[in-house]
Amino acid sequence: MQDIWVVAETNCGVLAGGTLELWGKARSLAQSCDGTVTAVLLGADVAPLAAQLAAYGADTVLLAQDPELAQYRTLPYTAVLTELIGARKPAIVLLGATSQGRDLAPRVAGRLRTGLTADCLELILDRDGLLVQTKPSYGDNVMVDIVIPEHRPQMATVRPHVFPLPEKQEGRSAKVEEVSVELEASDLTTRVREIIVEEQQASKLEEADVIVAGGRGMGSRENFALLEKLAHALGGVVGATRPPVDEGWIDAAYQIGQSGKTVAPKLFIACGISGAVQHTVGIEKSKVIVAINKDASAPIFNFATYGIVGDVRDVIPALLQELGASE
Amino acid sequence: MHIVVCIKQVPATLDVRVDPVTHNLIREGTESTINSFDAHALEEALRLCERFGGKVSVISMGPPQVKDALRKALAMGADEAYLLCDRALGGADTLATAYTLAKGIKRLLPPYDLILCGRHAVDADTGQVGPMLAEELGLPQVTMVKKLECDGKSAVAWRESAEGTAVWEVPLPAVITVGSEINTPRYPKPIGIMRAAKKPLTVWTAQDLDVDEDKIGLKGSPTRVARLFSPERVSHVEMLSGDPEVAAATLVRKLKGNKLLQVQGGC
Repeated sequence: MQDIWVVAETNCGVLAGGTLELWGKARSLAQSCDGTVTAVLLGADVAPLAAQLAAYGADTVLLAQDPELAQYRTLPYTAVLTELIGARKPAIVLLGATSQGRDLAPRVAGRLRTGLTADCLELILDRDGLLVQTKPSYGDNVMVDIVIPEHRPQMATVRPHVFPLPEKQEGRSAKVEEVSVELEASDLTTRVREIIVEEQQASKLEEADVIVAGGRGMGSRENFALLEKLAHALGGVVGATRPPVDEGWIDAAYQIGQSGKTVAPKLFIACGISGAVQHTVGIEKSKVIVAINKDASAPIFNFATYGIVGDVRDVIPALLQELGASE
Repeated sequence: MHIVVCIKQVPATLDVRVDPVTHNLIREGTESTINSFDAHALEEALRLCERFGGKVSVISMGPPQVKDALRKALAMGADEAYLLCDRALGGADTLATAYTLAKGIKRLLPPYDLILCGRHAVDADTGQVGPMLAEELGLPQVTMVKKLECDGKSAVAWRESAEGTAVWEVPLPAVITVGSEINTPRYPKPIGIMRAAKKPLTVWTAQDLDVDEDKIGLKGSPTRVARLFSPERVSHVEMLSGDPEVAAATLVRKLKGNKLLQVQGGC
């Protein structure tokens, strides 16, 4: 029987939104091998979150609490996690491929001298119960299946928002086990001086249901402002490809794609975006993609659900009109 | 200060495909370059050395042609370059790579004060070698750093976090991996390129590094590539024709049909 671990990520005492899908994935992996799902929850005062983890699918919650774990730091988190993994020997350990998970996972894998695959888009168990981890490479131009045949645990970080969010089963219970935390002075040399919360719309991009994004084809800062109106009318947020960021029409925090954010909205409207692979890697998980471009041969149309060949300066106002939003 | 910068040579274009028959990678062009994030790491190292004095060493693991990337780093202003090059090192995953780099870095003199890396390589996109290297060397790490202040003894690093930015204070030596926000890398000048030809570029084999054979190359790599394939991209686009007004009306109808519209009224 395989024990599958998921490392819960918290930020400011809240479970990280982009990592909750991991529970659903861990659950289905556990089902296919008659295994169990264990959550590892680290923090200062995080016990109340255990019930949520149970509701999302954890059978057991290992609770590691210590004031030194209040804010994420690589070394104390590594010490606690490697100790637990070493003692209990799970088959699989999953973390979100976030700024926290991608910092912590390689440090833990390095200390345990085991294998780790970054930024996975798919995880399945093969006939032998080996975890097949699919990761993108070369800017998502190539997919690679990676296995860890002999070392344990098999570790992976998983790209946020790739898997569907599991339904929360209120009242589902899990065994909560408090574990002891022993840290050495050498684990505590790094200090978090400050967390700067950037409460901007950009941080909502990754969780938005509707995104209206513009590319070079928007032509000017003034035209780019049209996107704001359309986003407002649709209850969505604005994003961009790299050229508008380089032109200074919008802040870099709104950039979607290989060097920006990966998004997975229900509706993605691509305006004046040609569809270079550097951008499309960031939008592939969108449910419905609408492309508006005056170049009928633009590659973005290969990715789109609906396409309109036309000038964004004509089509967006027509859309606003149709939506009952005056210009 | 002695700052060590880890560099990976990557293909100049990421426009690669998988041959559907042989399952080998088909690369468009054979040109290579320094991984862009590593160039930012080198730039940061050069700026720190300009302020505090000292030297910048660049180190890489790979086949002989990686010398081109190291020469370019020397032309940008690095003082010394080291290439860890041996058939026995081939097939290394991130763990074996970090182990081997650590072995090389431990040999550098004088002992390092700071190790800088790019936040990830643009080809494999793992971002794992930096933290694994820090572990091998027993050093603290800060990854995905977008701003760095350093007084020679400790560093303050602004790193990407879910909330926005986390500001970490870390004693040196440490391993710090940087993103593109941190600076704009300089271009090598003709005088730099001329000087680079005379700067030391040392090649070390596995034997020079005193490595444990079980920890290098394919043998030292826990991960195995089982399969390479192209992502599926089947176009199912439905083109909406007509004047902008007609197309817009059709689109709104389609989106309403898909329950994707919750119109929130005008501005």
